[in-house]
Amino acid sequence: MMDDFWWITTGLKVLFVLIVLLQVTPIMVWVERRGSALIQNRLGPNRVGPLGLIQSLADALKFIFKEDRVPGHAYKFYYFLAPLISLIPAFMTFAVVPFASSIMIDGREVVFQAAEMNVGLLYIFAIASLGVYGIIMAGWASNNKYALFGSLRSTAQMISYELSMGLSIVGILMVFSSVELGEIARGQGEILFQLGPFAIQKWGVFIQPVGFFIFLTSVFAETNRLPFDLPEGESEIVAGYHLEYGSMKMALFFMAEYVNMFTGAAVVSTLFFGGWQMLPGMPLILDSLGFTGMTHEWTRVLFEHLSFGMKVAFFMWLFVWVRWTLPRFRYDQLMDIGWKFMLPLSLVNIFVTGMMIYWGVL
Amino acid sequence: MQIQRKTDLIQKFYLREILTGLFITLKNLFFGKKVTIQYPEQRRQYSNRFRGLHYIKAVNGVENCTACMLCPTVCPANCIHIEAGERDDKEKYPVRFEIDILRCCFCGMCEEACPKDAIKLSNIGEMTQAQRVVYDKQMLMEQRGSKL
Repeated sequence: MMDDFWWITTGLKVLFVLIVLLQVTPIMVWVERRGSALIQNRLGPNRVGPLGLIQSLADALKFIFKEDRVPGHAYKFYYFLAPLISLIPAFMTFAVVPFASSIMIDGREVVFQAAEMNVGLLYIFAIASLGVYGIIMAGWASNNKYALFGSLRSTAQMISYELSMGLSIVGILMVFSSVELGEIARGQGEILFQLGPFAIQKWGVFIQPVGFFIFLTSVFAETNRLPFDLPEGESEIVAGYHLEYGSMKMALFFMAEYVNMFTGAAVVSTLFFGGWQMLPGMPLILDSLGFTGMTHEWTRVLFEHLSFGMKVAFFMWLFVWVRWTLPRFRYDQLMDIGWKFMLPLSLVNIFVTGMMIYWGVL
Repeated sequence: MQIQRKTDLIQKFYLREILTGLFITLKNLFFGKKVTIQYPEQRRQYSNRFRGLHYIKAVNGVENCTACMLCPTVCPANCIHIEAGERDDKEKYPVRFEIDILRCCFCGMCEEACPKDAIKLSNIGEMTQAQRVVYDKQMLMEQRGSKL
């Protein structure tokens, strides 16, 4: 199993994932700034490079050359550790997300997934919940009351929403009887029902609409994005847990947030929107190209990458879009929605899904 | 205080309201009139009464100023310094006319006090400098702003 071929393909896949994840932050910062500007009837950064695309690079450069200041009252060790602790889990979670189906090379199947783990989704949940350690560590090590408030809020929020997040996908797991994301994505290729010439695929959103909304909301809460960005709440606690951080350490927190968003978007599209399953119409284009053999296979993989990328891009845009639309929830509202609304709803969802599976509807 | 607001059941689920909000922002994104003024190329149009950088009005290259000292007298910031002299035709004129622009509060009282219509405030609002500058007579006579 672990011969040269395996090492090379896995290395390439890991490299691909890593490069994509590293590119997410600069691109998303640009999207966020331009998007927010346009929504607010401004223009946003448009000077550096075409459409202002190089602006993020300039920002990164600024971050690198800024003075790396450490406040005297911080606990140095944890202060330096916290950004890494929040960044590393963010990068680790993407490992099990499949970004295309498999291809045969030299008679061996190569799956487009950095790590084929049979625990799949559980691994994502396990690692994603480690991210909160970085935040609580940052708040505590900063030795600043606002930072500590921010991290406390973040911890409470993440724990509350992890519950409904975990429960909301149980329905999906029951339907596809697997926690492996590749398996779930493959399962969503089946035809749910035929509507004349249009085949409705068995996408998670069609069979688990309630689960989808709960999961999406929880992802917003887990990634600390508006309308649930109370850990940062500028108007109340200045900047929350990264209040005492500057230069590149601040940028690492930023990166962690965007990479978490990306993973969240990828998981949402994998679980509920068919993952790498091609978008409607794409199979027709693929057939009309008329390739055969390996060319056809590689084109198919490219199309799957494209479909997955477009789905993820949509959800990334949704994160930005929602951020500049909705105001922040009040803290008690946040907890109310989490505990009194989404948790019971997800439990009901599991129950109903179980009943429907028992009766053979799904 | 608890304020009772009328909400129907659908509003309590937020979903419809969120979608409405999302479409409003999307409408603004595509069709909203962008109000940004792209600064160095486009400038905001100031009113003609805007009080900017000073200049000394000159007729045929000779400044209108007769060094009557009304402007330094009225100046609340004490930023105008004039040294009077005498021309060959016995007319009084400012040998030195300096404005310490950092002290100036742009109240425009010099302009009001001037009987010869010599010191005026132009429309120029940008006067950033790398170091402290004192504008001398030559400079004040050369720059006219947008006014004639």
